[in-house]
Amino acid sequence: MSILPAIGLHHYLIVAGLVFALGFLGVLVRRNTLVLYMSLELMLVASTIALVAFSRFNGTMDGNVFVFFILTVAAAEVAVGLAIIVALFRRRQTVQVEQLTALKN
Amino acid sequence: MAEFLFYAFSSLTVGSAAAVLLNRNAVNSALAFLVCLIGVSGLFVMLDSFLLAVLMILVYAGAVVALFLFIIMLLDMQGGERKPFSKFATGAYVAVGLLLTVGVVSFANATVELPRTNPEVIPAVGATLKNYADQLFTTYLLPVQVVGFLLLIAMLGVIVLSKKFEGLGDIK
Repeated sequence: MSILPAIGLHHYLIVAGLVFALGFLGVLVRRNTLVLYMSLELMLVASTIALVAFSRFNGTMDGNVFVFFILTVAAAEVAVGLAIIVALFRRRQTVQVEQLTALKN
Repeated sequence: MAEFLFYAFSSLTVGSAAAVLLNRNAVNSALAFLVCLIGVSGLFVMLDSFLLAVLMILVYAGAVVALFLFIIMLLDMQGGERKPFSKFATGAYVAVGLLLTVGVVSFANATVELPRTNPEVIPAVGATLKNYADQLFTTYLLPVQVVGFLLLIAMLGVIVLSKKFEGLGDIK
């Protein structure tokens, strides 16, 4: 069966690192605040992959419990962040970051 | 079989994570994020964390992505589609992406010796719900209460932010 090498901890860490890098790149590249926010979520999800993988390969419970808390905090964070974006849109009629320059001058 | 499933789920995750950034339309990005979460919860199942896989789908795909889609459709942005990147910017972004990839790979192949353990000899403690309850009500009791308070504050904050806001009328 196994032509492919057995899956170890470092495979999961590479996946987590790649997803984190993609999320970071999204924060740098995109100009729409909503997509930027999705990229932030992508980074959180990448950290959860790494935590669950470490927890599984060490036989401890702590990483899993941390992911539990990350899920809760992410839900709260998304609610508050999207409320801020909606308030911003009501005031400025845009969510593109290049047009949000009130602090610039 | 497990190897094949790992590669299927991880390519699904990474590919749709890339699609989140490359899509022009914000709705398509949100749907790509949804597919990414399905891949991640598949990876969680492969790591024997069944509860977290279900929670990932329930909380992230069910609540977070739905909220994103609601807000995208509520705002109904004019010019919501991104402009195509200029040639210089594309080159710069590709360079940054390559640097990040090199960083990830060199981190993964670093001299730090990761435990090359066989998951079959380690007990899958994340598989049983009892272990979660045991940890959450003993060692992590204070964080659970803090998180509950945080959710309360977030709820109040969203209510305050969603009210009609007056004042600061001169910022334009």
